[in-house]
Amino acid sequence: MGLGGRVHKYGDHVDTDVIIPARYLTTSDEQELAAHCMEDLDPEFANQVQSGDVIVAGVNFGCGSSREHAPIAIKASGISCVIAKSFARIFYRNALNIGLPIMECPGFVDGVEAGDEVEADTTGGTVRNLTRDGEGTFPPLTGPAAELVAAGGLVPLVRQRLNAEG
Amino acid sequence: MAGMTITEKLLARASGRDSVRAGDFVSAKLTLVLANDITAPIAVRGFRKMGAGRVFDRAKIALVADHSTPNKDIAAAEQVKVMREFARDQEIVHYYETAAGIEHILLPDRGLVLPGDCVIGADSHTCTYGAITAFSTGVGSTDCAAGMATGECWFRVPETLKFVFEGSPQPWVGGKDLILYTLGQIGVDGALYRAMEFHGSAIRSLDMAGRFTMCNMAVEAGGKNGLVPFDEVTKAYVDQRASREYVVLDPHADAEYAHVYEWDASVIEPQVAVPFLPSNARGVSELKDIVIDQAVIGACTNGRIEDLRQAAAILRGRKVAPRVRCIIIPGTHDIHLQATQEGLVELFLEAGAAVSTPTCGPCLGGHMGILASGERAIATTNRNFVGRMGHPKSEVYLASPAVAAASAVCGRICGPEDVK
Repeated sequence: MGLGGRVHKYGDHVDTDVIIPARYLTTSDEQELAAHCMEDLDPEFANQVQSGDVIVAGVNFGCGSSREHAPIAIKASGISCVIAKSFARIFYRNALNIGLPIMECPGFVDGVEAGDEVEADTTGGTVRNLTRDGEGTFPPLTGPAAELVAAGGLVPLVRQRLNAEG
Repeated sequence: MAGMTITEKLLARASGRDSVRAGDFVSAKLTLVLANDITAPIAVRGFRKMGAGRVFDRAKIALVADHSTPNKDIAAAEQVKVMREFARDQEIVHYYETAAGIEHILLPDRGLVLPGDCVIGADSHTCTYGAITAFSTGVGSTDCAAGMATGECWFRVPETLKFVFEGSPQPWVGGKDLILYTLGQIGVDGALYRAMEFHGSAIRSLDMAGRFTMCNMAVEAGGKNGLVPFDEVTKAYVDQRASREYVVLDPHADAEYAHVYEWDASVIEPQVAVPFLPSNARGVSELKDIVIDQAVIGACTNGRIEDLRQAAAILRGRKVAPRVRCIIIPGTHDIHLQATQEGLVELFLEAGAAVSTPTCGPCLGGHMGILASGERAIATTNRNFVGRMGHPKSEVYLASPAVAAASAVCGRICGPEDVK
């Protein structure tokens, strides 16, 4: 599957408090969350993000809280995928669970700058920087993570399982 | 074949296998699934969309209203209402709100987590219960929903890092200082996807409160879970509270660890993590002239009676500095009552501190002590990312109750030795 768009570039340890501050956690409405996405790190993000855009970041993206509001806000803002050097584990699980594509590509990130056009081929396992001619690969998901993505997320996967059990 | 770490044994047991290795995928049967008022609404939504009718076991779920409670506004009230109605509808045995407490102090104190258990919680600090030698880890709301529906959760068995602290800690040095020191050494992704086992004479010398504090912050290193091996201290805590059998799992002597760290605890002074990462640990003696506006003593990290007693030892007969707002938050209703009976609440009030009913409150910038632009707090909480306690242009320094209380008296960050 092909995804891609304009890059929003961030550094290391982008934590869930800057992705969606706790003052907004008394709602779970996707559009309200999207309106405040990345607010304390990049106040212009919510205004400037366009559907299909990509977040590219350093190590440990999504560290901190387990708040699922974080990947929800990112996905609802129109971001098509997040490419990072590494992901914090709860954010990683949450993103797969809700169908936000995430890719670990440590070698690719440093060559990308804000505003570049980047595309990702999740089937082939490659990412490409169309502005600067960079390329990277990421390993295919295995085991339960692969099943999750194939099912379209954890809700459909569990629904299938519960239906099968009758 | 090498033996198993504690986490490997716990996940083998939970998934009904004789043995597992780091890297294996398992489906673990859950002893407890928990959520709070922030995470439950999305979990309930997911549960319904999954088409689940009833929860897998109404006695193995805990729902706790603690983050934005007592209800801070209409939106918070509506979220708690969603959780409360789900609890009623599903006849959830362990539902807690007013007059209860912060989930990670409340649930072990009520005996809901025991050694050998396998717990997931829709809260990152669920790793706290590793102090009782249980497998316990944070997940998001949808994983929580799947857990409530099926009673199972998939895991990739993590590698384990072993941390050995030998020697006698200095006065005033406890679990908070040792975990901040650990974070300072390995960084906020130093234990990414890994389990953390804490060993050594210094760890064994910690009371349960100190062990809970250490495991609470395993997630701050990127850890999947933290663990303290079972010993007589664990046994004394657990036996007072257990109403069912439990299983003690020790690591095999030949368990394989991804890395072993060995540190001398006796040279570690009280630690402070400076903005904006929990891993920016410094000895308190290195920090000069950092004036504070607020001191918060409480949170799942350091809200137990032992933490309040440590703060009281500093505040006894002293006053909070005029410029400082000192907010003390007992972790549960029972602890608040005990603190009252021990005279600590009166002591705190006489010192000029505010004493709150249990809540997560300011820890995550929710309510009960939010910072304005340019303000600075010292707190016994667990994170100090940008905007954590309020305005993005505010700062949070993390420390133990002793350092937070000493700083409240001095009006600037200082250690217990500096208080007159």
